[in-house]
Amino acid sequence: MLAPLHKRLLNDYQQDFPLSPTPYRDIAEQLGVSEDEVLNAFQTLSEQQMISRIGPVIAPNSIGNSALVAMAVPDTDLARVAELVSAYPEVNHNYERENRFNLWFVLIADSEPHLKAVIADIETQTGYPAMLLPMLADYFINLGFELNLHD
Amino acid sequence: MIDAIDFQLIAAVQAGLPIAARPYAAIAEQLAITEQDVIERLARLKTQGLIKRWGVVVKHRQLGYRANAMIVMDVPDEWVARVGALISQQACVNLCYQRPRQGEVWPYNLYCMIHGKSREVVLEQWAELRHACNLCEYPFEVLFSRRCFKQRGALYARPIANGDGLSPSLAGQSRAEEIKNKLSFGVHFA
Repeated sequence: MLAPLHKRLLNDYQQDFPLSPTPYRDIAEQLGVSEDEVLNAFQTLSEQQMISRIGPVIAPNSIGNSALVAMAVPDTDLARVAELVSAYPEVNHNYERENRFNLWFVLIADSEPHLKAVIADIETQTGYPAMLLPMLADYFINLGFELNLHD
Repeated sequence: MIDAIDFQLIAAVQAGLPIAARPYAAIAEQLAITEQDVIERLARLKTQGLIKRWGVVVKHRQLGYRANAMIVMDVPDEWVARVGALISQQACVNLCYQRPRQGEVWPYNLYCMIHGKSREVVLEQWAELRHACNLCEYPFEVLFSRRCFKQRGALYARPIANGDGLSPSLAGQSRAEEIKNKLSFGVHFA
């Protein structure tokens, strides 16, 4: 179970984590607790893998080139192909999804030629074609994840 | 404009801000710039929009949001921007992108993501969203995630190495790999 302090830290600081010399103390003051409590709580959340990090989310395609890629892989071969794909340092996310296109991953590279070269290499290594789905428009402004912490 | 130090700063913070009393000072020391410079640069990168948000990045699966659906739709091109903007305003939606259709094999051009605590909840939210946004006539597919093979934050390697200025903290990369990759793009998150 999450303590009330943990819930506040998870929910309230996704957008505007303080940009001041002592951000954790600022948060402590806002929440009426001590700085050590805030530091310990973030440490716990991090150790328990509830937060990935406190840091930036970079706007898509503002640095380098990224794309979503989908592949249709026979179920019996999926584990092998997924492992191969995950091994590329350019791959961030790699998920199995319930569809005839069952492997979905996101690639990021420093240039379009680099991105295409990696995809061509993945096709060669795995033996399956890859469907390249670059972002054309991003309609979402706020990338934070609103948690329903009341249940 | 962003400069070389901005890139180094992004590389230094992308794996996460230290959980310590003066985290920006720790980053500043790595880059041999001042704490104030770190803070001002991050604030500027946020204002410029390169940093889309600055803060806690949660792992939704670990927090009980295990049902994750990517929904793809085939929306007439003349409507896609309007529909995308409308969908993005719905509380249950986390991401909404336009992507190119792939002919008859994959005729979808609008993608959105719904994270929920169960499949049933996500499907209910999708049904509500379809009605609220008048999407009922558009073909769609719902793709729930099954296994997660890899998930991490996007790691952007710095484009220049300044003496021994390599980040000590790129997650999951050995120092040798990091050096090898420093001129290309390193490894990644939400």
